Amino acid sequence: MVVAPDVEGVRRAQHLTKTHPEGDCGAILLPMDTSLKIAIVDESPIRAAILEDGLREAGFEQVVRIEETKSLLERIYALDPDVILIDLENPSRDVLAQMFQVSRIVKRPIAMFVDQSDTASIQASVDAGVSAYIVDGLKKERVKNILDLCISRFNAFSRLQEELDRTKTALEERKVIDRAKGILMKARGLSEEEAYALLRKTAMNEKKKIAEIAQSVITAAELLK
Amino acid sequence: MNSDASRLRIGFIPLADAAALIIAVDKGFAAAEGLEVELVREVSWSNVRDKLNIGLFDAAHLLGPIAIASSLGIGHVRVPIIAPFILGVNGNAITVSPPLYAAIAESADGDIADPMVSARALARVIAARKAKHLEPLTFGMTFPFSTHNYHLRFWMAAGGVDPDDDVRLVVLPPPYMVESLANRHVDGFCVGAPWNSVAVDLGIGHILHFVSEILARAAEKVLGVRRRWADENPDVLARLVRAHARAAAFVEDGANREEVAAILSGPSRVGVAPKVMQRTLEGRLKIAPDGTMRTHDRYLLIGRAGVARPDPVQAAWLYAQMVRWGQAPLAPDLVIAAKAVFRPDLYDNALGQTMAETPGEPADRIGAFAGPRFDSNDIASHLAAWPTRPHDEK
Repeated sequence: MVVAPDVEGVRRAQHLTKTHPEGDCGAILLPMDTSLKIAIVDESPIRAAILEDGLREAGFEQVVRIEETKSLLERIYALDPDVILIDLENPSRDVLAQMFQVSRIVKRPIAMFVDQSDTASIQASVDAGVSAYIVDGLKKERVKNILDLCISRFNAFSRLQEELDRTKTALEERKVIDRAKGILMKARGLSEEEAYALLRKTAMNEKKKIAEIAQSVITAAELLK
Repeated sequence: MNSDASRLRIGFIPLADAAALIIAVDKGFAAAEGLEVELVREVSWSNVRDKLNIGLFDAAHLLGPIAIASSLGIGHVRVPIIAPFILGVNGNAITVSPPLYAAIAESADGDIADPMVSARALARVIAARKAKHLEPLTFGMTFPFSTHNYHLRFWMAAGGVDPDDDVRLVVLPPPYMVESLANRHVDGFCVGAPWNSVAVDLGIGHILHFVSEILARAAEKVLGVRRRWADENPDVLARLVRAHARAAAFVEDGANREEVAAILSGPSRVGVAPKVMQRTLEGRLKIAPDGTMRTHDRYLLIGRAGVARPDPVQAAWLYAQMVRWGQAPLAPDLVIAAKAVFRPDLYDNALGQTMAETPGEPADRIGAFAGPRFDSNDIASHLAAWPTRPHDEK
C-alpha cells in the first residue's frame, strides 16, 4: 500500500520530536560526519520523511529515501551509501543480509549489531523498530548520533501513531454510543440524557465500558429486528 | 515454579512448518505444561534472529542454518543458539516459471520428475542462453543461511551448474516470491509452504521438485533458544519440548487435519486458505497450472519418522553446505560446534525416551539423490566429491 505523504502528519511529528528533545541530536556533529551518504529504507513514507528531515536538520546533506523495495540491492549498489537505515517491519531486511555475502561489492556493509559492546543502544533501536547497517571500517562513534536520532524519531512517530489510533477509537466509540442512544430513545421513549444515563449506569453495574454496552444494545436491536 | 520464567515470548515466521509451535500454544499443550506463551509473528529472519539474540524472544521458529551460523559467529554476531526440538523436516519445493519449465522439459533426456534429469537439463538451458549472450537465470531463496539456498545449490550443482557463476541467486522475502516470479524478476525459486502452491494456483509457476525428492531427510526449522537461557531454565525448556512433542503428534494425526488447517489459517498465524494448508499437511500438491497433482508422503514431516528429535548429523550436513559454498572455513572445532547446536540429549531429557533408529530412514540420515553418502565425521572427503568454493577469509 502506498500512502501519499501526509504533510500535516509530518508537521505534527516534527512538533512532537521537538517537545521530546531527549535524543534529538543535541550534540553537534563533527563537520566530516555530515559527508556520510545515508539511505533510508522505509515503507512508511511519512516516517521516512520525518527521518530524512531530522537528518537534514542535523546537517547531513546526502540522504536518500528508498520506498520501493523491488530491486532493493541494485538500488543500494548504485547509491553506494555509507549508512543504511531500515525499519524492522520491512521484510526486505533479509535482502540486505545478502550484502554481507558478496565480497565483489566494493563497500561491504555490516549490521550495527556486529558490535556487541553497546547493548543498550541495540535494545533501544530494536524497541524503536529501526536497524542500521554501516560500511565496514566506519567507526561506530561516527554513526552513533545518526542512530540516536533515528531512535528518537521512530519513537516520536510511534507516539503520533498511538495518538492517532486513540483518536480514531474514541471517534468510533462515540458513533456507537450515539447509535445506541438513538435505539434506546426510540424503543423506550427516553430523552437523550436519559438514554446516556441508562448506558452509563448499566456499564457501571456490569463493570464494562459504555461503548461495550452500547455495542450490545446495537447487536441486540439487530437480532430483534 | 518461577512464574516469570514460565511466561515466554516466541517469535515465528508465517509458514506451514511453524505448525507444532502454533498448535502447542493454540491447542493448550503449552498451557498444560504451565507455560504462558505469547506468539509474535515476524516479517524477516533477521528480526527473528536479532530478537532471539538480544533476549526479546525466549525462543523462536528458526531456520536450522541460522541457529548454526549464529552459534559459530558466521556472518553476524556470535550468540550460541541451541535446538532442543526440530519443528520441521523437508517442506520446501523448487518452482519455476512456465517458460523455464518448458525449456527444461525440452532439453531433458528423460523424465524431469527425476531431479538429476532436470538438473542436467537446466545446465543445457544455461549453456544455450550463454551462447545467445542472454542474461543469466535468476533464482530466489529466502536467506543466505537458509536451507532453501543450500537445496537449490545442491540440486543444480549435481547437474553441473555453478550456482555462483552460471545463475544469479537472490534473497527474497517469502511473501514477495510469487510476485517476483509473476513480473519475471526471477525465473524460479526455492521456498517453503505455502508459497509454491500460491504460484501454481495463480498459473504463473510449475513446481519442479519437492525438496523431499532431492533430500529424503533435510532438517528445516528448529525451535531455537539461547544456550545460556537453556542452561538457566532447564525445567521450562523441558516443559516447552514436551508441549511441542504433543503438538507435533496432534498435527500428524490425520483425524485432526481439518482443525489444524483451520487454526494455522488464522490471520495472526500463517494466514492462508485452510484448503492450501490441508494439502500441505497431506503432501498432496497441485504442481502445474493445468491441475496436475503430485503426492509425496515425505513432503513435510512435522513429527513423523522421529524427525522432531534433533540429529547432530543433520547439523553437520548444514555446516558442510556452508563450507562447500564458501560461507565458512572447514575446521574440526567448527564441526563439533555445529553438531552441538542440535541437542538430542535435551529432547530425551524432556521426553524420557531414547529414540532408536527409525526403520526405513536413509542410512546416512540425509538421503541425498546424488553424491556419496554423508559422513558427519569426515566432511572433508565428503566435500571432495563436489566442486567447492574457497572460503573468503575477509
